[in-house]
Amino acid sequence: MSDSMVQVKNVTKVYERGKQKVEVLHGLTLDIPKSDFVALMGPSGSGKTTLLNLIGGLDQPTSGEVLVGGARIDQMSSGQLAHWRAHNVGFVFQFYNLMPVLSAEANVELPLLLTKLSAAQRRQNVGVALQVVGLTDRAKHKPRELSGGQEQRVAIARALVSDPQLLVCDEPTGDLDRTTADEILGLLQVLNREHGKTIVMVTHDPKAAGFARRILHLEKGQLLEQAA
Amino acid sequence: MTKSGFVIANMFRKRTRTILTLLSVIMAFVLFGLLQSINSMFSAGADFVGATRLMTQARVSFTQPLPVSMLPKLESIPGVARVAHSMWFGGIWQENTPLFVFSVDPLRYRDVYPEYVMPDAQWQAFAHTRTSMVAGKLLADQYHWKIGQKIPISSNIYPQKNGSKSWAFDLVGIFDGKDDAWRRQTNVAFINSDYFDEANGFNAKGRTNFFILKLTDSQHAESVSKTVDAMFENSPDETKTQTERDFNLGFVKQVGDIALIVDWILFAVFFTLLLVVGNTMAQSVRERIPELAVLKTLGFSDGSVLGFVLAEAFALCLCGGLVGLLLATALGAMVEKGTGGQFQVALDARVWLIGIGAIVAMSILVGLLPALRARRLRIVDALAGR
Repeated sequence: MSDSMVQVKNVTKVYERGKQKVEVLHGLTLDIPKSDFVALMGPSGSGKTTLLNLIGGLDQPTSGEVLVGGARIDQMSSGQLAHWRAHNVGFVFQFYNLMPVLSAEANVELPLLLTKLSAAQRRQNVGVALQVVGLTDRAKHKPRELSGGQEQRVAIARALVSDPQLLVCDEPTGDLDRTTADEILGLLQVLNREHGKTIVMVTHDPKAAGFARRILHLEKGQLLEQAA
Repeated sequence: MTKSGFVIANMFRKRTRTILTLLSVIMAFVLFGLLQSINSMFSAGADFVGATRLMTQARVSFTQPLPVSMLPKLESIPGVARVAHSMWFGGIWQENTPLFVFSVDPLRYRDVYPEYVMPDAQWQAFAHTRTSMVAGKLLADQYHWKIGQKIPISSNIYPQKNGSKSWAFDLVGIFDGKDDAWRRQTNVAFINSDYFDEANGFNAKGRTNFFILKLTDSQHAESVSKTVDAMFENSPDETKTQTERDFNLGFVKQVGDIALIVDWILFAVFFTLLLVVGNTMAQSVRERIPELAVLKTLGFSDGSVLGFVLAEAFALCLCGGLVGLLLATALGAMVEKGTGGQFQVALDARVWLIGIGAIVAMSILVGLLPALRARRLRIVDALAGR
C-alpha cells in the first residue's frame, strides 16, 4: 500500500489566454508522503499556485496524472471533484476568504452542510475545530470583528472541520505580521505533527518555509531541487 | 446554521439596498393586487345576489333619456315594490366646482332610498316646494349651506326657458346616511323633478336618465331584471336593467377600456421592477464572485451555487410579494367597506394565485442570469480575480 498522499506524474498545464497558449507546468513529477509538510517556493509565474490548484482538485492538468489519497482526481468530472474536495481536502487562502455575513462558527460549519450530520453533531464538530485553533471564545463574532490572525485561524478551522487528510495552503501568512504569521505556522505544524495532516503550502517567505519539513523550489514550471 | 439561513444572511448583506429593493417589490405587488381586483371587478359577470335595488336605463346609453311614463309598467312587475326616477342635472357651484345634482320625484326617491335619513317635514317640504333642493350632509358641510338658504347653481347642460344656465334653489333639507358607508355617499343634492320639467329650456319634460326599482325581495333581482328588459325589447325605448353596483361600474367604464389600461400599468410597473430587482441580484452576485468560488472549493457543486442564488432571488420576491399582496388585501377591504360594497376590490383567491405565480416568475427572471453566472464561474479564475 502506497505511503504517498499526493502523486503528480509527468503533469503539464497549459493555459489559453485568447490566442496565446502559456505552458505553466512542464512534465512535472512529484511525490508527497502522508503526514508530510511541504513548502512550495519559487518566483512569480513559476507555477506554484497552479500546482497547488491541481493537487487541491481546483483545476485539471492538460496532461499527466494527479493522484491524491490514491484517487485519480485528474479523471474526475467537476461534480465528482466537488464531492471529493468536500471530504478529502481543506483549503487555506492568503486573504482568508471567509463569508462576511456569517459568524466564525457559521463559517466553520459551512462545509458540514454538505454532510448528513445533524445540527447538533455539526455544532459539536465546529466546537472541536474552533478549540483546536484556540478560538472558542470568538465563535459568535463576524470576520470584521476579528484580527487578521484570528480570521486565518477561523479559515484553518473551516479547512479542518470535515477532517480531511490533506490541507492545501496558498500563502497563508502573506497578509499577516511576523508574530501572527509565526503563530499560524506553528498551528500548521501542530496539525501536521500531532494530527498527522499532510500539508502542502505555497509561500514566498523563506521563514514561513522553514516551518515545513521539506521545501520544493519551482522555476518556470519545473521542480528544481528539494531541501530538507 | 442552515442552507436557508445562509441564503437569508446573504440577502441582507447590504441591508439598505435590500430594504429599498423590498419596498419596490412591496409597492409593485400592492398595485398589482389592487389593480387585478379592479380588473376582476370590471370583467366579472353580473351578480344579482343580494341586490335590493335595480337600475333601468336606456339600452344604448344612460345619456339617452327614457319616458317617465314607463314608471307604472315597471311598478306593475311582480317583485317590484316601488320605482323612482332620476335625471342628471350637471350642477356647477360658484366658479367651476362640479356637483352631483339630480332631478328626482322627492317622495318616490325617499321610498327607494331609505338609507338617506332626513326628517319627514323636510321630505314634505322638498315634495311641496317647487324650487326646493335637498343636499347631503357632506355636501352641505363642505360649502357651509344652511336650510333656508337660496343656493345658486349653474347647469352645464340645461338652460332655463329664458336661456340662462344659472339656476337658484331653496335649500329645504339636509339628509344624512344611516351609517358610515351611506354617510360617505351624502356628497349629492336633489332638486324637484316637477320644477325641473317645467322650467328647463330643453323641453326634457317627462324624461329621465334612469329608473330605480326597489325590490320586495333580493331573490327576485335577476328575474325582475330580465322581465323589465324583455318588456321593452323591440320598443323605441329598449332598456338595460342591472344592479346598482354594475350601474356604478358602468360610469367608470366611460373613462375607457379599464382592463387594457390596468394591463398596461401593470406591465410598466413589473417591467421596471424587473430592472430594479434584476440589477440588485446582478450586483449582489458580482460582489460575491470570490465567495461563490470559495463555496465551490469547499465542495458545493455548480448546481448548489446556482440554487443559492436562485433561492436568494426567490426569498426577496417572496417576502416583498407576500407583504404587498397582504397590504393590497387590507386596502381593498377598506375600500370595499368604505363604499358600502359598491366597489369590491378585496383580493380573492384568484388574484392571490396569480400573485404567487407572478412572484415565482419574477424570481426566475431576476435570478436566472446571475445564478447561471455563478454556476459557470471557474474557481481558479474567480479566486485570482479574473
